[in-house]
Amino acid sequence: MRSIERFDIRRRLLLGVAAILLAGCGEAPWNDPYPANDATGNRVYSSFAERPKHLDPARSYSADEYAFLAQIYEPPLQYHFLLRPYRLVPLTALEVPEPAYFDADGNLLPQDAPAESIYRSEYLIRIQPGIRYQPHPAFATNDSGDYRHHALTARDLRGIKQLGDFEQTGTRELTAEDYVHQIKRLAAPWTHSPIAGVMQKHILGFDEYAQGLAEAAETDPLQRVARLRSSEIAGVEVVDPYSYRIGVKGKYPQFAYWLAMPFFAPMPWEAEVFYAQPGLRERNIMLDWYPVGTGPFMLGENNPNLRMVLERNPNFRGEPYPSEGMPGDAESGILADAGRPMPFIEEAIYSLEKESIPRWNKFLQGFYDSSGIASDAFDQAVQIDAGGEPVLTDAMRERGISLLTSVEPSVMYMGFNMLDPVIGGDSERARLLRRAISIAVDFEEFISIFTNGRGLVAQGPIPPGIFGYREGEAGINPFAYEWIDGRVVRRSLDEARVLMEQAGYPGGRDQATGRALTINYEAIATGPDDRARLNWIRKQFAKLGIELVIRSTDYNRFQEKIRNGTGQVFMWGWNADYPDPENFLFLLYGPNGKVEHQGENASNYANPEFDRLFNAMRFMDDGPERQAAIDRMVEIARTDAPWLWGFNPKAFSLHHQWMYNASPNQMANNTLKYRRVDPELRERLRRDWNTPILWPLWAIGGLLLVIILPALWLVWRRERSTAL
Amino acid sequence: MTAYIIRRLIYAIPILIGVNLITFVLFFVVNAPDDMARMHLGEKRVTEEAIQTWKREHGYDRPLLYKTDASGLARFTDTIFFEKSIRLFVFDFGSSDNGRDIGYDISQRMWPSLAVAIPVLLVGLAFNISYALFIVFFRATYVDIGSVVLLVGMMSISGLFYIIGGQFLLGKLFHLVPISGYDTGLEAWKFLILPVIVGVIGGIGAGTRWYRTLFLEEISKDYVRTARAKGLSERRVLFRHVLQNALIPILTGVVVVLPLLFMGSLITESFFGIPGLGSYTIDAINSQDFAIVRSMVFLGAVLYIVGLILTDISYTLVDPRVRLSS
Repeated sequence: MRSIERFDIRRRLLLGVAAILLAGCGEAPWNDPYPANDATGNRVYSSFAERPKHLDPARSYSADEYAFLAQIYEPPLQYHFLLRPYRLVPLTALEVPEPAYFDADGNLLPQDAPAESIYRSEYLIRIQPGIRYQPHPAFATNDSGDYRHHALTARDLRGIKQLGDFEQTGTRELTAEDYVHQIKRLAAPWTHSPIAGVMQKHILGFDEYAQGLAEAAETDPLQRVARLRSSEIAGVEVVDPYSYRIGVKGKYPQFAYWLAMPFFAPMPWEAEVFYAQPGLRERNIMLDWYPVGTGPFMLGENNPNLRMVLERNPNFRGEPYPSEGMPGDAESGILADAGRPMPFIEEAIYSLEKESIPRWNKFLQGFYDSSGIASDAFDQAVQIDAGGEPVLTDAMRERGISLLTSVEPSVMYMGFNMLDPVIGGDSERARLLRRAISIAVDFEEFISIFTNGRGLVAQGPIPPGIFGYREGEAGINPFAYEWIDGRVVRRSLDEARVLMEQAGYPGGRDQATGRALTINYEAIATGPDDRARLNWIRKQFAKLGIELVIRSTDYNRFQEKIRNGTGQVFMWGWNADYPDPENFLFLLYGPNGKVEHQGENASNYANPEFDRLFNAMRFMDDGPERQAAIDRMVEIARTDAPWLWGFNPKAFSLHHQWMYNASPNQMANNTLKYRRVDPELRERLRRDWNTPILWPLWAIGGLLLVIILPALWLVWRRERSTAL
Repeated sequence: MTAYIIRRLIYAIPILIGVNLITFVLFFVVNAPDDMARMHLGEKRVTEEAIQTWKREHGYDRPLLYKTDASGLARFTDTIFFEKSIRLFVFDFGSSDNGRDIGYDISQRMWPSLAVAIPVLLVGLAFNISYALFIVFFRATYVDIGSVVLLVGMMSISGLFYIIGGQFLLGKLFHLVPISGYDTGLEAWKFLILPVIVGVIGGIGAGTRWYRTLFLEEISKDYVRTARAKGLSERRVLFRHVLQNALIPILTGVVVVLPLLFMGSLITESFFGIPGLGSYTIDAINSQDFAIVRSMVFLGAVLYIVGLILTDISYTLVDPRVRLSS
């Protein structure tokens, strides 16, 4: 009896092992990181390096999170996928709203009314009827029409570990009230929306509404939702089920851009009530982790420690692929899907990949459809041709990989603290000193050494692709560059030394005291790579005889120094919220100073003429008048040189040949719906590229035999040998 | 033995309070509550009002350790330290500063850590002990010298090299296993092969050398000479006598790390994409999530203390002379 049991156990064990081996030795490549049945699915495979912190559209303000959120939530507007310069087009709205302007007495003003006469602007947003939410338990109702999951008990929650464990789901039509509810959430102090402060300045009644909610912050989550539903923001109203109106203080043309960000996506009150119930938070089932949207995709699997899966929303209306593009787009084939309903894929699998080396290798093996390029893999992927343009290496071309590049709407600059008595201020001495440094710090070299050439030296605060940017000779910073033979050439160090002399620092020594000029550089240094960068910066200042003291610290202390204005020189960056020059020039606007006003003007630059022009420019429509104002502002800023203008980073991305409709769009985040793949081709190439090589296994086995057999023989011989 | 264990557990309380206090002080020396709020609210456009609201909602608006304007016990209890620490002692880890339940996250993430750590420990232990006995068998020969050179060489190589080398050879070049990733259930096995191989190989140098030293120390003792005098083969002497008597130091090293296997390995998990507890703490430090940091440090301290108690108990099992007395 016992031997039969033992035999049975052995047999089960053997069967188990055989099952495991068979599971691994199927037709899929051995190194395939996906389940075998994934092979030919109509999916996109991608990765993410940082786990998202928030998936609540009222809280999220990071590109990592927008990669998921923007596919799920739909604000009323979006950016056109292909047209440049970036253009707003409707997403759930019927059209891009034109603001109506009113004076203090409520009289309608013409569109060209001067900004100072406008007391309020009104945006009437009309949404498309028939848009439905993704299936979600918050909408599930019983036969009598009551919500099934809005009064959950401990018994109901037995066996519930994640959102997918709720068997009943439902949906409903998107209404204007959902958009208004979300705006109320932006104001609610418990939501911690990062743009609440900005919206207080712009949306009528927003500030008062937020203050009125202070008491409700102390109540439980369900009461908070009830409070939001039962109260109204004075400037925001639901007009009818398919339209709502937002009142904005004065004229604020940039407001339309905010309407393309997830902050202004709709939030159904049912979802808020559902997630506010006790017992769900303990299971990590929260609105911040399980989005509810109307977009083309919904979150099928939410495991930010391993994998995020976006599945096609079965209730999605089927938005048509754009039929307009830029010259050359039709020839490139990116308009081949024009008019076809999107999305084209069923699913997108994002795997957590923290390290760049495995991510890059898995891309080369075909397990990721697209990839960025890490610094250590750059030479393997890209080479610079005779014309200075980046091209793919032969190895990449052989695999049919394509390269897309675009300048990001970002600026990395070196800022001077204008409150500092030595390097800052409005004196001619300090201005000349800053201009001299502008010449000495060679950002062309910086880009070449530290970013593999992935950047464009900036000539001013506005990056390419944004209205107000000027190309060619008209766009150069004349204080640091010359235009020679159709090329931008950095001014010579001799000119910088002359400027130093004029500033009272000949040879880098203070004329008055004879001491070497010493400047402190505030740095965030976290690793060995930073040391090389900091050494390089030190050498740039040393060209003028300036002794640069590097004050490395962590990011918290760095921010503190900038907030308190105790630093002298630092490097920082800004990524555009929206493609408008206002979003860059406000970084130099005096009333936005970091120290005095806690704004984003980290160098605390203030120039009355610049500020006056900024106040006029921000209200202008794009056109010659606005361009002239911007030209003058840029000229003032270049003259005062509160920044070394640094560089605009370039984004490089690689795509396999089975991936279609990839086009660099630095403003739009909802680009997954445009993607199309050829799963059969991907599967075939994956097999070709990943055939297991077995000889090393035999070689290792043989080697072990060569080592073990003589050893055993030695042991055997030793045990049988005599002592003498 | 029960009295001994109870006494050790009581001793653990001040140790845990001390660990908690040190963690608290070290964390807040680097991160002020305002910094934490800024980190969680985002980098752009954060207002002072939003920071104060966040601190109030998360309980970081109190004094750190001592409230001067309170009276009596409230001077100590109405502080961040007390509020954030006291529940740990009943293993209520609460919510992270992101709002996620920490206990739930730990319960989910410890399994992938164990899935890697246990095979690495068991296979590594078996291999290292066998190899060490083999070397001792051929002590003072070229096998011994060659092996020591090899082991020292292996010890000198960074663990990262084994990881990257393993991924390059087995994953990238020979296409035998996935370079990185993880899955649940039976699908997990193919993702575990490479980290386990790398973990075992990476531990051979130090592990085998340590066991070799233990065995060499034992082999010169009288009882071994006696065993040989009785005519036992060298193999039997090594496996039946030397190994058994060397178990106490081996156990000291092994049992104490058993509970810590839950905590995972940062680098291994990071490079192989394993969603374990190793990266949980580092992610929390990077995102300045004090709630997770204190929970993980506390858990680590508790597990270490448990490991030490288990070690003491295991002595009584392998050495009849050892008695745990109160």
